[in-house]
Amino acid sequence: MHKFANPARFLRISKIITPWCFILTVVSMAVGLYWGLFIAPEDYQMGSAYRIIFVHVPASYMSMFVYGFMAVASAVGIIWKHPLADQSARAAAPIGAIFTALALFTGSLWGKPMWGTYWIWDARLTSELVLLFLYFGYLGVWEAIEDTAKAARVAAIVALVGAINLPIIKFSVDWWNTLHQPASIMKSGGASIHPEMLWPLLICILAFNLYFVTVILWRIENLIIRRQIRGLQIRLAEEGQNHG
Amino acid sequence: MIRLFWLLSKRDIKIGWHGGSTSSMVVAFFIIVVTLFPLGVGPEQNMLARISVGVIWVAALLSCLLSLDRIFQADFEDGTLDQYALGPLSLELAVISKALAHWVTTSLPLILISPLLGILMNMDDRAFLPLIYAMLAGSPALSLIGTIGASLTVSLKRGGVLLSLLILPLYVPVLIFGVMAVEASVLGTGGNAPLLILCAITLFSLAITPWAAAAAVKLALE
Repeated sequence: MHKFANPARFLRISKIITPWCFILTVVSMAVGLYWGLFIAPEDYQMGSAYRIIFVHVPASYMSMFVYGFMAVASAVGIIWKHPLADQSARAAAPIGAIFTALALFTGSLWGKPMWGTYWIWDARLTSELVLLFLYFGYLGVWEAIEDTAKAARVAAIVALVGAINLPIIKFSVDWWNTLHQPASIMKSGGASIHPEMLWPLLICILAFNLYFVTVILWRIENLIIRRQIRGLQIRLAEEGQNHG
Repeated sequence: MIRLFWLLSKRDIKIGWHGGSTSSMVVAFFIIVVTLFPLGVGPEQNMLARISVGVIWVAALLSCLLSLDRIFQADFEDGTLDQYALGPLSLELAVISKALAHWVTTSLPLILISPLLGILMNMDDRAFLPLIYAMLAGSPALSLIGTIGASLTVSLKRGGVLLSLLILPLYVPVLIFGVMAVEASVLGTGGNAPLLILCAITLFSLAITPWAAAAAVKLALE
């Protein structure tokens, strides 16, 4: 991993990988969504309304995956002090927040016809909402601190503390739900899902993962280049002062 | 070492009680927040009784949050925090002494006043003792987690909003199990388990707070 920690080398490699990731993302997303939305059979109970899971499930899965990624990157950043790891965590956060918001949004769209309401204080919904707040807090740190190196350290602590707390929040909310609400209307999926529906779902999950890889590579490139520009600007300004 | 730890805690507790009487203001805030709820949802007694425990917990959370920025702010501004970092006591212990002082000056008064608010909210008679137990078990976690947030935002000019954004999601488990402990023991469905989980959360926060907060304080002092 140390080999890829050099920003210049990272840029060279990502220039090669990114276009391929982009193509794979487009292809797999087109296949997965087309299969899911048009070919997959209707659910005998929910009709076509269930088809939103082809967006909803990958988005919810990614919302947690990205937080995990962020926490690992933050840990790497704090232990080995790689600026690239900090930048990866930073680049991942908005993507994760968007996935979380998308999961909540599609879930509430599905909830309206199925549960008769856009929002219920179900355990999953609540813990997903808390996850969104954690993302906001993390992004807030980057906004609030100007010095990038310092912001990276503080944000890493926030991400790690949040990562430790996330399972606790998750399971506390699960408990809270069982006491206050009747069993959820949503039946557990998993093995009970038909293969004709499972395959497009898996492809969609893969597509979302590829999308994440593509976008994060882009964003890290962007952050690196922006930093280089800043460095050049500072140097230019210094030279201007020396001459002037 | 131990003596120094108690000295620091005592100093902060004294400041909390005398300097500008932080504690009394936080208690006043606590009472006002709870008072707002009957005004907002209407004075119907059954409804108030139903929401009383949750309202008192939420108000306690907010009051706790309100006083967090004072944990490090003054010491950071006048350089005392630098002395802590240089002093013989490790920063990890100093941070714990700060959390302890915050608990004594903020959470303890809230716990003492909460039965009074229970009466105002028409709380079930059987809920009073469990509420105090639950707050005793859970409030140290509020101070400890809050200390992490305070240390992360101490060097920021306007850290208050960010602080609440960072800390409130982490307070969710304490709120849930705090309310659950009281309601379960009122219903007779076993309030012990949530109470023990509250203790577990407190101990867990005690384990992570020193490292996280000390690292953040070091950053702030750079």
